[in-house]
This record gives sequence, structure tokens and C-alpha cells, in this order.
Amino acid sequence: MEVEEVERLPRLSRVAVCGGTHGNELSGVYLVRELLKVKKKKKKEEEDEDGGAMSVLLVLSNPRAMQQCLRYIDTDLNRCFTHACLIGPTLDKTPYEMRRARELNAMLGPKGSAGAMDLICDLHNTTANMGLSLITYSDHDWICMHIFRHLQRQIPDTPVRYIHYDVTSKESYSLDSVGKHGFAMEVGPQPHGVVRSNIYTTMKSGVQYMLDWVHFFNSGVIFDGGFMDVFTVVKHIDYPRDGETHNITAAIHPQLQDRDFCLLRPGDPLFQTFSGETLRYTGSEPLYPFFINESAYYEKGIALCLARKRRVKIPSVRDKATHFQPC
Amino acid sequence: MSSFSSCQSVREARRVAIFGGTHGNELSGVTLVHLWMKNGTEIQRRGVETRPFITNPRAVEKCSRYVDTDLNRAFTPENLSAPADGQLPYEVLRAQEINRMFGPKGSPDAYDVIFDLHNTTSNMGCTLILESSKDHFNLQMINYIQKALAPASCLVLLNEHPLLKYSTARSVAKHPVGLEVGPQPQGVLRSNIFESMREILKHALDFIELFNEGVEFPPCSVPVFRVSERVDYPRDANGNIMAMVHPNLQDCDWEPLNPGDPMFQTFDGKTIRYQGSGTIYPTFINEAAYYEKQQAFVATRRETLSANAVRKA
Repeated sequence: MEVEEVERLPRLSRVAVCGGTHGNELSGVYLVRELLKVKKKKKKEEEDEDGGAMSVLLVLSNPRAMQQCLRYIDTDLNRCFTHACLIGPTLDKTPYEMRRARELNAMLGPKGSAGAMDLICDLHNTTANMGLSLITYSDHDWICMHIFRHLQRQIPDTPVRYIHYDVTSKESYSLDSVGKHGFAMEVGPQPHGVVRSNIYTTMKSGVQYMLDWVHFFNSGVIFDGGFMDVFTVVKHIDYPRDGETHNITAAIHPQLQDRDFCLLRPGDPLFQTFSGETLRYTGSEPLYPFFINESAYYEKGIALCLARKRRVKIPSVRDKATHFQPC
Repeated sequence: MSSFSSCQSVREARRVAIFGGTHGNELSGVTLVHLWMKNGTEIQRRGVETRPFITNPRAVEKCSRYVDTDLNRAFTPENLSAPADGQLPYEVLRAQEINRMFGPKGSPDAYDVIFDLHNTTSNMGCTLILESSKDHFNLQMINYIQKALAPASCLVLLNEHPLLKYSTARSVAKHPVGLEVGPQPQGVLRSNIFESMREILKHALDFIELFNEGVEFPPCSVPVFRVSERVDYPRDANGNIMAMVHPNLQDCDWEPLNPGDPMFQTFDGKTIRYQGSGTIYPTFINEAAYYEKQQAFVATRRETLSANAVRKA
């Protein structure tokens, strides 16, 4: 009889759920506030029943930006977590978000050390039609990938996808990279500065099922392996711009707008200029677009991102600490 | 309709302005005005001087709604007459400048028509906003635009409410018209929204050209939604919102909301229902910029306005 090998991984005792990393992405802001309220109420009413198997830390990452309902005050917090940014000196002129990143690193990390959070889930919204996307730096982090599969099965009426940025640990720049495992949970479409009830509810379900999975994992449940689709980022495309003013000279084409994760083939429409001309995708490889028309990416020179999709095999996993019971 | 209703004589509309960027992150208007400032062929009409203009360039530069204060609330008599010193907020100074260039508000020298281009995160489609139920020139123009766009719809919001009306940038003109097209997130340019706004303006300028040539427009009816009240989110003692627009109400701008219908959903999933006495027609449902103005939606009631025949004087 062939026994499939089960990957044994350390228990996830310390989990962090972060909202408001961008202060105007409101589902995460309101969800973390709500979870804090529930936690506070629970503490008053009963002792912790869990017996310490998992602790969940709830964090509002960028309170100053949240207060003003802005993405950031000085600089994008979610780009401040590279090793170079984290170890730099803190001076008078250090931007607010750089300081805050160092504080968060001390609270949830330090990044790369044994004391870092086991799992960080960082909540985001996008104006792009991306459903629920988990964004990570790894295509072989079995914890993140099993969580993804669990969410995909538990939330059937929302498309759930796994996006992988092929970036080294040293160069990884976002808050979720501080933990031993981590991902951004990106839910859209939602305008910035708005909370849509359906988007909030999807995010709430996502967080709940994630925590459920971690609880089951810590309790010794074996999660069967299998296959899943991974979208690995290849490149991004900027808007055509005016040489002098740098203003955009075209908008995302109506046939591409809202079609995140629908295959873009060479020759397919990309942009429509203001004089009505269609600009087409001239790449040689068909790729999957996402973050199509994300408002915060105009200033980063990104109209859309492009990814390759491939099937990846994931092993069965279980918690390392559970004793093996021979039958 | 009385066959003896008089035809209203209205002065020619010679000077027309198109305002974009009154809110710097509402990109359809910013983009159209930039386009037309570079090449204005599309907006040229016989007998009309049409001037595209960016009202809040600093907010456009930052891609934010405003710098110090909302420009589209700044055109109050107090602000316009305040002594201009270094202490005034940027938008108040800007309002005074705009009033000099396109007004003065209330005077015979003011621009004839100003179109002010806006976007909203609400699912309002194409909306024209009026500040007076008695501006027959505007009512006729709207009727013309609606017929030209059909079967696509363009609804009319009338804000004549003494407490809820506000001093807009366009109010400097004799005939102010607001164009509000959504849904579009702030800071985003959606091609379909952009083209819709462009088409509304095309028909509006066509009307003005015809009017200036002496065409008489016969009496007509214009269905409108009249603003009746502002409804805020439920809030806690600290002023934080406690609930979101209910999924049944989200995106249902202009649809009837009856007593007992779901209105809000708390963050832990409970439904809060509309408890008013009669049916209302909500609009501006879940507009991002209105969270700070204590407005989850605006309640309106349906009404039909009668427009007199108009002809140029």
C-alpha cells in the first residue's frame, strides 16, 4: 500500500490579523475594529477556553492614515518592510510610515527571527474586480496554500485566487512578510473610502475560515494534498502617458475593464485613447491580468499586472507536535 | 397643458464654462477638461464661447477631493465677500478668484451657463443636478439631453431644499448645471463613465447652439427627484459608524425604499430597517466623500416639473 508522505509543520500558535495598513481600505479597518470589540466583550464574559493553542493579535497598522482616510501620510506603509528599510536609522526626517514599520516589526517580528508571528494576515481592498485574492511571496508555502484551498472550498460564491510575487525574502517589502508565514487578503471591487457590505462580509468570512483552518491544523487534523492554480506575477503595464505632462492619454479598454483573471491574448484590447483608438496587447505570451485599474497604482505607473497560471501540487500537511498514532 | 402658456424669453447663452476638477479625484471631469484645453474642437459651437476650466488645480495635482476645504461648498456669500488675506483656506481664495472670472454671482456679467463635472462612487448612472425648479432654460436643456440620450437614461436630481442646498462652484452662473456620473471609484478613470459624460456634454452644447440660433422649444414636462432629507449612518457615542448600507439597498439608487425595507447592516450582521412614514427614493447611496458629511444617502421624492416654452430674447 502506498502511503503519501505528510509534510509535518510547526504549530501556528501566534497569528496576527492586520487592518488599515492603507488607511482608506475600509473593510479591513471596520473588520479589525469589530473583532477588537468582540474580543473585549469576550474577555469580560469568560476565560480563554482555547487553552492557549492559538493567540490572535488584532492590529490597526496605520492609525494616522486611517484617521484621515488616506492610503498613507508620507509614504506607502506596505512598501516599508524590506530588510534595508527596517534596519535603517530613525532620524527626525524619517517618514511616519518608516517609523511605524519599525514599530510593527518589533511587535510582529522581528522579520526573519524565531520570535516572529507564525502567521500574518494583512487585510486590503482594491478597486479592481479581484474577488478574494491571497497575495504571497511563495509558491511552496504549504500553510498559505492550504489556507487558500480551504477558503476556496468554504466560500463558493466568490472567486478565490492565489497570487505569487516571486521576490526573495530579503527584498520582500510588505507587512505580511514579517511573519514566518503571511499573506495579504485582498478583496474587491470596492472604492477606497467606502465600505460595501458584500465586500466586508466576504472579508469577514475569509478571516473566519482562515482562523478555523489554523485551529484545526493546531489540533492535529491532516489536510490532504492535491492540486491548485497559482498565478505568478510576470510584469506590469503602465498607461500610455503624455510626454510633457505625464498625464495618462488612455483609459483601460471597456473590454478589459473588470475582467481580472480572464486570459489576455496577444492582440486583445488593452486601452482606449481619448480619441477613441484601441491600443492592443503586443506581448507574445497570453497572460492573466489582475489589479486592472487599481486607483492607488496610477502613481506607481501600473495600469494592470500580468501573471502566468500553473498547476502546483501541494502535499498533505499536519501539525508537527501531534504524536503519530500507529493503527 | 394650457395652449395659452407664454413662451419665456431668455437671453442668449453666449458664454459657457465647463468646470472639471472641482473635486480633484473625480477623474472624468479632470480628463475631459485637460483634453479640451489642449484641443477644444469637440466643444466648439456656432455663436458660443465654451471655456473648459480646472477649478481646483492643487487638489487635482494631489488627486484628492480638496486641499483645505470642499470647493463645492465654498461659494457662500460670506466666503465670497471675505477680505482676502493669508489666513483664508486655499479653496475660499480659489472661490473668490472663480467668482471674479466667471461671475460675479448674481450679476448681469456672470457666465450664462456652467457645467460642473463630477463623479460619484454611488450607482447613480448619469445624473443632472438642478438648484432651481424655475429655471426654464435649464429644464428645456435637460429635456433635450434626455431625448437625445434615449433609450439610455439620464435622471434629474433637484436640490432646492433650504437647509440641504449648498453653494456650489457652478452657482456663480445664471444657469448652473451639475453633471454627476457613477459609479466610479475616486482616483480611477473608467472608460464607459468618461464616454457617458462626454456624450451628455455634446448634447448640452448642441441644445445651446440651437437655442442661440432662435429655435423655440415647446412646453414640456421634466420628471425630477427632489431632495427631501439626508440620512446618516447609525453611529456610536464616539461618532464611529456602526453599520453599513444594507446589501439590499447598496447600488439601488433611484429605486423605491418603503417603510420596513432593509436599510443598514451592522458589522455583526443585524438588519436595521427604514422606519419613515412613506416611500422615498434614495440616491448618493454610499458615496465615499459623504462619510465625513454624515450622509449614507439622500432621500428624494418624485415630482414632475413643467417647463414653459423658451426662445432666445
